Amino acid sequence: MNAPATSAARPVPVPQVLSGLEPGPFHDRLAALNHQQAWMNWMGYASPSVLDTVEFEYFAIRNQSTLFDISPMCKYAIAGPDAEAVVNRLVTRDIRKLKPGRVAYCIWCDEDGQVVDDGTVFRYGPNEFRLCCQEPQLSWLEDIAWGYEVTIRDVSREIAGLALQGPTSCALLRDLGLDGIESLKPFGIGSFDIAGVALSVSRTGFTGDLGYELWMAPEGALAVWDALMAAGRLRGLRVIGYEALDMARIEAGFLLPKIDFLSAQTVLRADRAVTPYELGLDWLVALDKPHFNGRRALLELSRKPPRRKLVAIEIERDKPAHNALVYHRKSREVGMVTSALWSPTCKRNIAYAWLDAPYGQTANDHLWVEIYLQKEIRWQRRMARCHPVEKPFFTHPRRTATPPAEY
Amino acid sequence: MKYDAIIVGAGHNGLTAACFMARAGLKTLIVEKEDHVGGAAVSLSLTPGWTYSNCSYVCSLLRPEIIRALELPKHGLQVIPYEGGAVFNSKGDYFAYLSDHDALRRELIRHSPRDADGYERYARAVMRQCRFIKPLLLRTAPDPVALKPRDISELLFILKRFHNLGAREMAETVRFWTMSIAEYLDQFFETPMIKAYIAGSGIIGTGLGPYSPGTAYVLLHHYMGEVDGAIGAWGFARGGMGSITQAMARSFEASGGEIRMGSGLDRFVVRDGKVRGVVLENGDEFEAETVISGMDVRRTFIDHTDEKELPADFVRGVKRYRFRGSSGKLNIALDGMPSFTGAPKDASFLRGDLHFLDDMEEIERAYDDWKDGRWSASPYVDFLIPTQIDPTMAPPGKHYATIFVQYAPYELADGQWDDANREAFAETVISKIERHSPDFRKLIVHKEIRSPKDIEDQVGLTEGNIFQGELTFDQLLFNRPVPGYAQYRSPIKGLYMCGSSTHPGGGVMGAPGANAAREVLRDLGHRIDMGLSA
Ligand SMILES: Cc1cc2nc3c(=O)[nH]c(=O)nc-3n(C[C@H](O)[C@H](O)[C@H](O)COP(=O)(O)OP(=O)(O)OC[C@H]3O[C@@H](n4cnc5c(N)ncnc54)[C@H](O)[C@@H]3O)c2cc1C
Repeated sequence: MNAPATSAARPVPVPQVLSGLEPGPFHDRLAALNHQQAWMNWMGYASPSVLDTVEFEYFAIRNQSTLFDISPMCKYAIAGPDAEAVVNRLVTRDIRKLKPGRVAYCIWCDEDGQVVDDGTVFRYGPNEFRLCCQEPQLSWLEDIAWGYEVTIRDVSREIAGLALQGPTSCALLRDLGLDGIESLKPFGIGSFDIAGVALSVSRTGFTGDLGYELWMAPEGALAVWDALMAAGRLRGLRVIGYEALDMARIEAGFLLPKIDFLSAQTVLRADRAVTPYELGLDWLVALDKPHFNGRRALLELSRKPPRRKLVAIEIERDKPAHNALVYHRKSREVGMVTSALWSPTCKRNIAYAWLDAPYGQTANDHLWVEIYLQKEIRWQRRMARCHPVEKPFFTHPRRTATPPAEY
Repeated sequence: MKYDAIIVGAGHNGLTAACFMARAGLKTLIVEKEDHVGGAAVSLSLTPGWTYSNCSYVCSLLRPEIIRALELPKHGLQVIPYEGGAVFNSKGDYFAYLSDHDALRRELIRHSPRDADGYERYARAVMRQCRFIKPLLLRTAPDPVALKPRDISELLFILKRFHNLGAREMAETVRFWTMSIAEYLDQFFETPMIKAYIAGSGIIGTGLGPYSPGTAYVLLHHYMGEVDGAIGAWGFARGGMGSITQAMARSFEASGGEIRMGSGLDRFVVRDGKVRGVVLENGDEFEAETVISGMDVRRTFIDHTDEKELPADFVRGVKRYRFRGSSGKLNIALDGMPSFTGAPKDASFLRGDLHFLDDMEEIERAYDDWKDGRWSASPYVDFLIPTQIDPTMAPPGKHYATIFVQYAPYELADGQWDDANREAFAETVISKIERHSPDFRKLIVHKEIRSPKDIEDQVGLTEGNIFQGELTFDQLLFNRPVPGYAQYRSPIKGLYMCGSSTHPGGGVMGAPGANAAREVLRDLGHRIDMGLSA
């Protein structure tokens, strides 16, 4: 029997995309360590929420070193002669001041001055940037770049990332032969290699502690992981999940989209969008730079007190005020808590809360949170005094010391 | 020079009281005989590269209300919980007390399914006792003899809590406060190793054995602390226990307080039944109408107060108050992580408290030796290697072992606590550890050996009793230290006590210091919120 001589298309069947959570570049290693079998969904990736015990993972952040997989972050490469102009149009900070080899924490807004997202801008060269953030931004970036000489690429899947955070993190990298890592300043970027894999290392993180973020091609990811884990034996390295990180980020004063605020692009109810002023991020808005997205509206907004404000509060006693409402003189509802934590390092009961003006701005007395406690099935309502405080709750000189100490 | 208040002794209780004085705006001075603060909560470097927690070594009892009110984290204190612990027996098996509840249950079942259930009942019973006692810690004990209105309301407070327990629980509580830890544990467990592991907390620091009445309470005393709300959890202070008192000293100085170290108190100056100040050993004199002693009650009133100033019944009470040192301590610098033949590789429980024991009878035999004036031939040890968690106390890859030893007598039946006997004592301990960790001995780089006599001489704890006096029922609550004087005041006007000799007793807790400060401030007419609401 002869094969048919026709040249009709022989379809190669395209496999259907997988459903469920996708394994990331470090998945094999994470799965082996995830004794609690506790995963969460981060941009479709399987991200550990806790591997062993939240408590011990958390303490490793503040005492030794921790490893957290940040590969699921959205990452965009922005390059070309107009790259600086495009990024400067996007974010509210003056990115012209950001030197090559440096990172800046930024927010960006829509035309109404409402916050779209926050993230970090890495400047690798005069015409080369990378944006790291939580939410997909490709079309938003392309809209802004329209007419500019620039290329924008979604490189989310091309770069694996690890956050190495904690007091011994610098010593650990030094043990691995990263010469000069100790002179990398906060928000600096350097090029190194580990186990023959080229890495970009930035002194950045989400913990408010000494720490680094390591960026590499996914092919080298496991080799880097194994080398870090081996060196980490002497430095108390521990792999952590999201829950521990979340505790550290609350202490460190970082806000989380979808928890503390919503992106203007995702809200259904217009009044749910927020301005930089309401978030207390005035310092990120450079009104003195030329046109950028939202500038005109922000100029206007900057002149009047915000109608509400996200503030850091400290609460009496020790029960975290999850999802609590805030009252003035125990009677009038004036706001709500978004993130709450008993801080094991500060030994304070802390939270972020949205407060309607003038509370949290000019009226800071007689504020109470309503905490619901379940004690052996029975619910108890507790009114606890609270008062606005400065962010962050946790700071430590080791975060910024250059060179960093051994621990 | 004149001060509003002088505190004698920069132990953690003296520091706590002093912080509250300074915060109330009083011009406050601390005098300390050593050239460092801390008393029994101290970190010292005796060999380059290593820091020891020379006396106390783990933290749980320190009241969270005090940590917060004195802003100790801001002044550098960080308490890190540790993971479980284990006991190894002579047959090569172990029982691991794992902090993960499900894992603990599996481990209990491995030994006895009955004990797994027993553990739940035990945990609940102890937790009930904790709930009863915890609110009493930061309160002044009522004086049932004086019965001033406040005493009556405090007594009612206790009775009401007591009553809330229900009839059966009341009986249980009375039993609990007076029974032996061995009898108590026999109600819940059958596995000797499991009982031995838990019984340790009932005898640490006391001149009692696991079969002596009163040891169940001592267990509670070690259980009623917490780390971040986890009752009964223990942790390390990062940098050793001295970081607690360092943070307190910084907090004190930040409120304007002054510390003088290097010369101890010679005597209290008393005139017309009132305290007027202090004279130091170097002759320096300082005036104050409020003086608070953080030393133990015997030192305060027998060694440094003119007996003529004190009523005879009080002096009798002080002399009768029992110390009975029973503990020694070894601090050892190790060249690497020792291995344990009985433990699986990389066992997480090695990061906790380790013991080498078969059963409670072994502890009782160790106690018998002590009664005869000898250190235990097979001592109970509480052995930890904090450097597996704390990177600050030894170079990377090197380790520090803290070894608390029960029992060691204050006075030896044969001979003195001289270098030879100290070495022999250490040798007894090291050879016991060596049976479970063969490479332990050869890893030793440096060691510090402390007998009860050394603890008395160097730290000032009479007879080396770690709690500034035994924690037996006759010396607790309104009987601590002397009936009628349990409210931090003394027969001498203006002279107060704030050390662990007072309610609620020893351990690095801070409650005696804070309670004393409250009473002093009340007498001085200060009506301030100390910020201690729980
Ligand atoms: C070996 C050991 C291990 C222990 N382990 C633990 C543990 O792990 N966890 C725990 O919670 N507790 C532990 N304890 C108990 C705890 O450390 C003590 O109960 C507590 O620290 C006592 O504190 P204090 O402030 O009441 O008294 P101290 O700490 O005794 O303070 C008294 C102070 O007064 C000073 N002083 C004495 N005489 C004079 C003088 N004449 N003039 C001036 N100053 C003077 C002393 O130098 C000292 O600084 C341990 C104790 C010891 C000894």
